[in-house]
Amino acid sequence: MPVNSGDTTWILISSALVLLMTPGLALFYGGMVQRKNLLSTIMMSFVSLGLIGILWVCYGYSLSFGSDNAGFIGGLNFLGLANVGQEPSPVYASTVPHLAFMVFQGMFAVITVALMTGAVVERIKFSAILVFSVLWLTVVYSPVAHWVWGDGGWLASFGALDFAGGAVVHINAGVSALALVLLLGRRRGFPQQTMGPNNVPMIVLGAAILWFGWFGFNAGSALASDGLAANAFVATNISAAAAAVTWLIISWIHRRPTIVGTVTGAVAGLVAITPAAGFVLPMNGIPIGIVAALVCYYSMLLLKEKYHLDDSLDVFGVHGIGGIWGALATGIFASLAINPAGADGLIMGNGMQLLKQLVSVLAVGGYAFGVTWVLGKLVDVTIGLRVRQAEESVGLDLSQHGERAYGGLLR
Amino acid sequence: MKKIEAIIREEQLEPVKKALEDNSYFGMTVSEVSGRGRQKGITLQWRVGEYRIDLLPKLKIELVVLDEDVPVVVDAIVRNARTGETGDGKIFILPVDGVVRVRTGDKDKDAI
Repeated sequence: MPVNSGDTTWILISSALVLLMTPGLALFYGGMVQRKNLLSTIMMSFVSLGLIGILWVCYGYSLSFGSDNAGFIGGLNFLGLANVGQEPSPVYASTVPHLAFMVFQGMFAVITVALMTGAVVERIKFSAILVFSVLWLTVVYSPVAHWVWGDGGWLASFGALDFAGGAVVHINAGVSALALVLLLGRRRGFPQQTMGPNNVPMIVLGAAILWFGWFGFNAGSALASDGLAANAFVATNISAAAAAVTWLIISWIHRRPTIVGTVTGAVAGLVAITPAAGFVLPMNGIPIGIVAALVCYYSMLLLKEKYHLDDSLDVFGVHGIGGIWGALATGIFASLAINPAGADGLIMGNGMQLLKQLVSVLAVGGYAFGVTWVLGKLVDVTIGLRVRQAEESVGLDLSQHGERAYGGLLR
Repeated sequence: MKKIEAIIREEQLEPVKKALEDNSYFGMTVSEVSGRGRQKGITLQWRVGEYRIDLLPKLKIELVVLDEDVPVVVDAIVRNARTGETGDGKIFILPVDGVVRVRTGDKDKDAI
């Protein structure tokens, strides 16, 4: 098909929007940690832009979207961007240059790796997270992306729906983060000591950039500048708003309405609508967002306060749980009337889709957890995942990076 | 009356506070400080040599208590701030000439 300039414009802009989400995430996370670990937290997100940015074009794209191997992984036909040029791909986003589709997808890989780092802040060794990221992109992200979005990927053929990465990005990162948290152990002082946040306005700025960029993430995944993109755009905004307000209300009833809670709610809503945005009626963003806030809020309480799990920045609590709800919500609210390339869900009388979504949740979650555990263990026994006690005490900014976030002689 | 100034690790604040509370000592002032002991900060190993961090972040807890309470308070702090690693901190005990409660004007023993 010929290149459509409207579609191409939108995909390129969306790629830039999704790119911006990674530094946005860096700020969102950065504001939450103790000041002595602010730079380290930002660094782990930002470095993904460089590291994954290169690996993606070298081989990541090929493994994810290359020619199929038994539905499990792509081939090497796109190695080093071979066969990825200005002409559209015959299979993916056939009205935009192949390069545009590839770079759009690359931004997703970048941010997925960055997302995970939120769980291991304030105690992970920098070299360890770098090595782990390379392994994880290769062995976890690429296969899962292939299953869900690859041409011939088994979950795609099976009929599981994931519009913009509820499974590929959020469940993947969230569950993998859980495995890392269990391997790594708690921060010293957790849970007795309140640790952070060091800069709440920074958290809000980061969340705002995430919300803004998410329009590229979800509406860009329509891979066209059309009604479906508009549908996804609006559904995204509605879900974010509904979740933010719900979080505000439940935290007010429970304790106090905080800005950190409200923006976390918005993020939960954005996560949940991600797999659904191009398959559901935008107004369904309201129930999807409301439930996202509820399940994420109470999961986080349970995990942190009851089980003392130090998922420091709630990667599993928001992205894992939110992504799982989003995948299931897609199975509930999907409608062929919205997107003929999708499916009908439970409310349209097709309960089977919900089951398919559950299968994808279990498959992606199980694989991500298991393989991450193995990779994490591997890195731990070779390099070591955790910094030494003295390094953790003085903070990672100084011990890992030799940098101070804010000037001044003392602190 | 004596003033107890305790320099402790940041992450030990909660256990120390709790131990003092359990012994009914509630009044205190906490400040963020930087300091070092005899080791002149800490030396971290880089691949190509050493990197020294001179002044390390700590917390200072100050409280004024009656003379007879000093041993209990010092013991509570030591037991809960100690990790066994270099950098656990120090406690200084100073004499206090007088104490006044601002709200009521109560003096000395009545103001503690």
